[in-house]
Amino acid sequence: MDTSSAEPQWGVLSALPGNPIMWVLIISEMLVFGAFFLGFAAARMRDPATFQAGQASLDVIAGGLNTLILVTSGYCVARAVRARALGQGIHRWLAAGMALGVAFLAVKGHEYGREFAAGHNIDSDTFFTLFFLITGFHALHVVMGLCVLAIVAWRDSLENLETGAAFWHMVDLVWLILFPLVYLLR
Amino acid sequence: MKYESQGVAKLYFFGALTLFSAQLVFGLLGAILYVAPTSLPDFLPFSVVRMIHTNALVVWLLMGFFGATYYLIPEEAETELHSPGLAKLQFWLFFGAAGAAVVGYLFGYYDGRSYLEQPLYIKIGIVVVALMFLYNVSMTVLKGRKTVISNILLLGLWGIAVFFLFAFYVPSNTVLDKMFWWWVVHLWVEGVWELVLASILAFLMIKLTGVDREVVEKWLYVIVSLTLFTGILGTGHHYYWIGTPAYWQWIGSIFSALEVVPFFAIVIFAFSMVYKGGRRHPNKAALLWSLGCSVTAFFGAGVWGFLHTLAPVNYYTHGTQITAAHGHLAFYGAYAMINLAMFTYAMPQLLNRAPYNQTLNMISFWIITGGVAFMTAALTLAGVVQVHLQRVMGMAYMDVQAQLGMFYWLRLGGGLAVILGLVLYLVSLLAPGKASAPASASYVPAE
Repeated sequence: MDTSSAEPQWGVLSALPGNPIMWVLIISEMLVFGAFFLGFAAARMRDPATFQAGQASLDVIAGGLNTLILVTSGYCVARAVRARALGQGIHRWLAAGMALGVAFLAVKGHEYGREFAAGHNIDSDTFFTLFFLITGFHALHVVMGLCVLAIVAWRDSLENLETGAAFWHMVDLVWLILFPLVYLLR
Repeated sequence: MKYESQGVAKLYFFGALTLFSAQLVFGLLGAILYVAPTSLPDFLPFSVVRMIHTNALVVWLLMGFFGATYYLIPEEAETELHSPGLAKLQFWLFFGAAGAAVVGYLFGYYDGRSYLEQPLYIKIGIVVVALMFLYNVSMTVLKGRKTVISNILLLGLWGIAVFFLFAFYVPSNTVLDKMFWWWVVHLWVEGVWELVLASILAFLMIKLTGVDREVVEKWLYVIVSLTLFTGILGTGHHYYWIGTPAYWQWIGSIFSALEVVPFFAIVIFAFSMVYKGGRRHPNKAALLWSLGCSVTAFFGAGVWGFLHTLAPVNYYTHGTQITAAHGHLAFYGAYAMINLAMFTYAMPQLLNRAPYNQTLNMISFWIITGGVAFMTAALTLAGVVQVHLQRVMGMAYMDVQAQLGMFYWLRLGGGLAVILGLVLYLVSLLAPGKASAPASASYVPAE
């Protein structure tokens, strides 16, 4: 696609940083996670006891740790974009952001291991079906985000970096809603 | 018509119209069997009539797509087709295979899976036809101009061929069998066919409204992204009650609920292109079909699909007349209408009919669309009654069917209107127009 002549015709998406198609994806992702959260809320209303029991067995410390990790990672990627705009080196910041993304997945893997050991899996009950679906979908987005960041580290124009950062911020924004909703709210 | 080799499309359009007529005739026979089950001879049981109805549908739509591709690819690539001769050979192989399949069905030669009843050798023939087609079209695009429209069209067409390969995979486990059967049926109509639909519609919009190619291409990117994002995991809405794990109810419900979004985007796209485009193409009937396609696809595929796609709703509506209502309006709106739009646009040029019966064509649009809409309404009402009596009150299947007779008569009425519309449509395209109505005298192609 020829990006030089692409400016005016994207309507509302033109004003956003990065590639407009990324924003189509981000809005679609928001709709999907939003629908999952609504489904979670509705299922919880119908069966609060199961949800309370499930929630009680989750590792809140690991979830909290992952929140810090992901927000810090988002900060690093934002610094990388800023550095690119100022003409400075970006790879240090991007590498830090991606390393934290990997750390998030490691903590998540540890958490899943703990749940499996306790005998919980995706078919245990509605709470765990939704827990594994929502956090699993989110973790897959972390994996995809890491791929996107790797690509924009390689093809590091400012527009590409903004595009990658927009996706990455979507991933941590979703987590910021997911964590309190699934782990904390009683 | 700018390139001579576009002429091979004519053959495909004639073949498609022949099979379209067969589809409607067998649809009518099926509708008659619903209200008078013993009225047809023994060699036409409902199962065979339905099979020919659905198979002719799929084959004529594919044949229309092939023809549309052969028509638009030379204009997009700005070069003659790689091999018009191969395209003609491909047509006769495909048409012959379709004919052999239909005759075979009447004599009891068919496999058991809905839509994929073709015996193995016919399926192999279809793969050969697909390879000939993809080779021919891909070579044309490779040597000529590469546009977003032709790239997305090719992506869709290659996808059609790749997913058809799952028709050869028949696991003995019935759950897995169904799972992969949907990889053909669902990933066609709610995946790669939508790419074909969007790119043909985009081509028509450029030609009919004169809007800038760049604008159309951006819309195409958005529509294709939304289609694949929602449609692929939307396959889950077929996995609710076939023996797959329960989490598919969540995945299927959420992603397929969003499948209405790309169809809505197509409506906005089509209408805003007409609004923005300065040029008024003389072929108003083609524009009517194009806009009608976007709207009817939105209602048939989008809204009627959403009606019963959420797992808690589908628990009650699964396999009732609600499904039949959705199937009819969706197939007609999305895929029959885009083909009829393309025929309406291209046929006057292929047959060199400068004035053609445009008004008659537009009348046929309203009669066919009205007929299908009426049929959909009748089946939807039948479905609502059926769901309540059978699934909520727990009445026996045949007792419920006895209550639905009136709706089936109404559906038959809708079907008769569609047949009448078909006749008018065929006359409008095939019969020479009156000299008093100069339709495309001042025709200036877009771009």
